[in-house]
Amino acid sequence: MSTTLLEPGQEAGRNYLNADYSIRSWLLTTDHKRIAILYLVSITFLFVVGGASAGLMRLNLMTPQGALTSAETYNKLFTMHGLIMIFFFLIPSIPAVLGNFLVPMMIGARDVAFPRLNLLSWYLFIAGSLLAMVSALTGGVDTGWTFYTPYSTTYSNSYVVMMAVGVFIAGFSSILTGMNFIVTIHTMRAPGLTWFRLPLFLWSLYATSAIFILGTPVLAISILLLGLERIFGVGIFDPKLGGDPLLFQHLFWFYSHPAVYVMILPGMGVISEVIPCFARKRIFGYNFVAFSSVAIALIGFLVWGHHMFVSGQSVYAGMVFSFLSFLVAVPSAIKVFNWTATLYKGAITYHTPMLYAFGFLGLFTIGGLTGLFLATLAVDVHVHDTYFVIAHFHYIMVGGAMMAYLGAIHFWWPKISGRLYPDAWARLSAVVIFLGFNLTFFPQFILGYLGMPRRYHAYPPEFQVLHVMSTAGSSILGVGYLIPLVYLLWSLRYGRAAGPNPWGAKGLEWQTPSPPPTENFERTPVVTEEAYAYTGEEASVDA
Amino acid sequence: MVSSLPLFPERASTIGADVDHLYFFLLAVSAVFAALIFASVFYLAIRYRRRPANLRAEQVPGSLTLELTWSLVPLGLMMVMFFWGADLYFRLARPPDGAAEIYVVAKQWMWKLQHPEGPREINELHVPIGRPIRLIMASEDVIHSFYVPAFRTKQDVVPGRYTSVWFQATKAGRYRLFCSQYCGASHAQMTGWVHVMQPADYENWLSGGATGESMPAAGERLFQRLGCGTCHRPDGTGRGPSLEGVLGKPVLLQGGAKVLADEAYVRESVFNPDARIVAGYQAVMPTFQGQITEEGLLQIIAYLKSLQRGAQP
Repeated sequence: MSTTLLEPGQEAGRNYLNADYSIRSWLLTTDHKRIAILYLVSITFLFVVGGASAGLMRLNLMTPQGALTSAETYNKLFTMHGLIMIFFFLIPSIPAVLGNFLVPMMIGARDVAFPRLNLLSWYLFIAGSLLAMVSALTGGVDTGWTFYTPYSTTYSNSYVVMMAVGVFIAGFSSILTGMNFIVTIHTMRAPGLTWFRLPLFLWSLYATSAIFILGTPVLAISILLLGLERIFGVGIFDPKLGGDPLLFQHLFWFYSHPAVYVMILPGMGVISEVIPCFARKRIFGYNFVAFSSVAIALIGFLVWGHHMFVSGQSVYAGMVFSFLSFLVAVPSAIKVFNWTATLYKGAITYHTPMLYAFGFLGLFTIGGLTGLFLATLAVDVHVHDTYFVIAHFHYIMVGGAMMAYLGAIHFWWPKISGRLYPDAWARLSAVVIFLGFNLTFFPQFILGYLGMPRRYHAYPPEFQVLHVMSTAGSSILGVGYLIPLVYLLWSLRYGRAAGPNPWGAKGLEWQTPSPPPTENFERTPVVTEEAYAYTGEEASVDA
Repeated sequence: MVSSLPLFPERASTIGADVDHLYFFLLAVSAVFAALIFASVFYLAIRYRRRPANLRAEQVPGSLTLELTWSLVPLGLMMVMFFWGADLYFRLARPPDGAAEIYVVAKQWMWKLQHPEGPREINELHVPIGRPIRLIMASEDVIHSFYVPAFRTKQDVVPGRYTSVWFQATKAGRYRLFCSQYCGASHAQMTGWVHVMQPADYENWLSGGATGESMPAAGERLFQRLGCGTCHRPDGTGRGPSLEGVLGKPVLLQGGAKVLADEAYVRESVFNPDARIVAGYQAVMPTFQGQITEEGLLQIIAYLKSLQRGAQP
C-alpha cells in the first residue's frame, strides 16, 4: 500500500513544495501536505477577518455609549466574529492544517486513505466560507453565532439563510475529514505501530474525528430545520407557528457543545507532543492521557443542557446536565496533571513551542477551573450570558486551542517549510500574546460576576474601567499575532535550513527530510518502540 | 465616578448571600488548584531545565496511585460543588408559599410589568423589602431574559410559555435590570431599574399610582367580553367546567390523568383547548389564539386566582 521507494533516478532535494510550481498543481493536488498548506492559507485569512471584527468590537466598547458603531453594526460584528472564528477557523485549525499534514506522516503512510475526498473537503470548506463572506459583506447577520430561534427564523432582517448554508456546507468538510482520519489511522499504520504506540496527537485527532462524524450531521439537521421555518414558514421552533424555541437550543447545543471539544482536543494532542520533546521525557501516564481523550469525546455528547440552566428546561434536567458536566472535567484534569508530571526529572529547554505549551497549561487551567463555576447550577444562574462566560470560553479556545495551534505551527514549521524561524522573535511574540491575552480576558471574569451581560453594544458607566483594560489588552494581543505572521513569512526565504529533525524529536515525521518528499518516506518505516521513546541522551536541540 | 474599579457586585436579595458563599468556595478551591499547578510547573521547569549539571533526563515510570489521586480528589471536590449548587438551584426554582405575584410581559425592547393591584410600569419595577415576590413572565416575540445582578437571579422569558422567577429583596435602593438573552438590534437598551422600598413606602406608592383598575377586575371584564362565562358557568352547569377555585389545584382529565391547573395549563387551554380536556367535558372550545394579548391572558389568570381566594374584585 505505502511501500514507497524513491525511483533510482530521482534527484535529491525534490520535495512536496518544489515538485511542481504551477497553480494547477496546487488547486488539483491530492497530496495531504499540500492540502494542509491550502487550509493554512485559507484559515489564516479568515482568522484575520474574524480578528478584525473582534478588534472593532473592543474599540466600540471603549466608552459606555458605544464609541464606534451603531447597535446594528455591533451585533453583526459579534455574530461574524463568532461564526468565523468557530466554524471557519478553530474547528478546522489543528485538524485540517496539522492533522492533514501529520496524520499520514506520523503513521508512516504515503497519504490519507481517501486523497481525493480530502481535496473535496477543502473545496467544500472554501465554498462554505465564501458564502459566509458574501453574506457578511452584502449585509451581514445579526443573530449571534448561536442562531437562537425564533429571533433567527422570524424576526431577524439579515442574511441568515446564506450564512447558515455556508456553515452547513463547511460542516460536510468536517465530516469528510473526520472519516478520512479514522480510516487512515485504522488501516494505514506502519508495521509495528500498534494503537498504544501511536503518538497522543493521533489519539486526540481520532476522538475529534469521531465527534465530527457523529455531531456534525445534527448541526446540519438543525440548520435545515431553521431554513425550513425561515423560508417556508414551517412551524418547528416559533411558538406562533406551533413550534418550540427550546427544541432549537437542544439541537444546536447537541452539536455545538461537542464542537467545543473538537476545538480543544487537538490542542491537547499538540501539548502531548511538545512537552515530551522539550523535556526529553516519555509522557507520564500515556494510557491515561490517551483514554481521557476518548472519555472527553464520549461524555462531551451528554452535557449540552448546561447551556440551558436558565432557559426554562426542567430543573431535574438541569441537575443531570450539571452532574455530567462535572464528570467531563475529570479527564481534562487528568491531562493537566500528567503533563505537569512529565516535566519531573526532565532536561527542559525553553524553545518557542515549549513556551506555548507552558502558556497553554496556565490558561487552560484557568479556563477549566472557571468552567466549574458554570457547571455549578446556582452560580451559573447568575453568570450565564454575562462576560464571565465570554472570559471562560476564550480561556479555553484562545488560551487553550489557539496557543496550542501556534505552538504546533512553531513546532512543525521546520518540517512543513524546511526552514527555521528566528527563535528570539518567536519567544518574544509568545510572551506578548500571553500577556495581551490575560489583560484582554481576565477583567472580563470580574465584569461577568458584576453582571455585565454579553452582546451589549452599550453598557452602564460603572463597567467602563474594566472594558478599557480589556480593549487595551486586545491591542497588545493583536500585535502579538502579527509578529509571527511576519517572521514566518520571512523565514520561508531567509530562514536557515532546518534539517530533518531540528528539535531532536521522536516520531516518524522527523525521520524524513524537511520538507518531506511527496511520498513522505523513502521506504515504509518499521516501528519498534513506543511513542516518545526519549532516552534522555538525545543531542541538544539544534535550532 | 468612572475611575473607580468595581470588583464585586451589590447584593440585595436573600438568596444573594448563598450564591456568593458558593462562589467564594469555588474561588477558593480554584485558587488552591491553580496555585498548585502553576507552582509545580514553575518549580519543575526551573529545577529540571537543561544545563551542564542536568544534561540528561531521567525516565520515570507511571504511577497508578498518582493517577487515581488526581482523578478522585478533584472528583470528590466537584461533587461538593454539584450538590451545593443543585440544592441552591432547587431553592431558586421554588418560590416560598404566599409570594406576592407580579406579571411581566417582555417584548422587543421593553419590559412591561403589572401589579395585581393595578399599577403598570415600563422598565421599572417597584417591590417591597422582606416579602417574597414571584414574577410570572411571558414574551410577545423572541426570547428575553430577566436579570437583576444584585439579586443573583436570572430567568429566560420564552415566547409560547410562562416562566417564573422569585426573589426577596433585603436592601432598599435602586438596582439594574438587564435583558441578558440577545433579542435584536436594541438588546442593550432593554434595561431598567428595580426599586426596592420599605413596605410602608411601597404601600404608599401602590395606592398613589393606582389610577387604573386592578388586574382581576380587568381580567373579569375581558372574561365577560370574550364570552368565557357562557360555558364556564360558576355553578358548573355550562358546557365547560367551572373555573372557580380551580387555579393551583389538581384536575382530573379525560383518560384519568391528573394535571395541576397552573398558569401554564390555563394558557394551554386557551390557545390549544383540545390538548388536555377535563374529565366529563367535550372538545367544544375554540382556540383563542390571536384574540387575546399576553397581557390580557395574564389579567384573566389574575381574575381566576382572585376567584379562588374568594376575594371578589
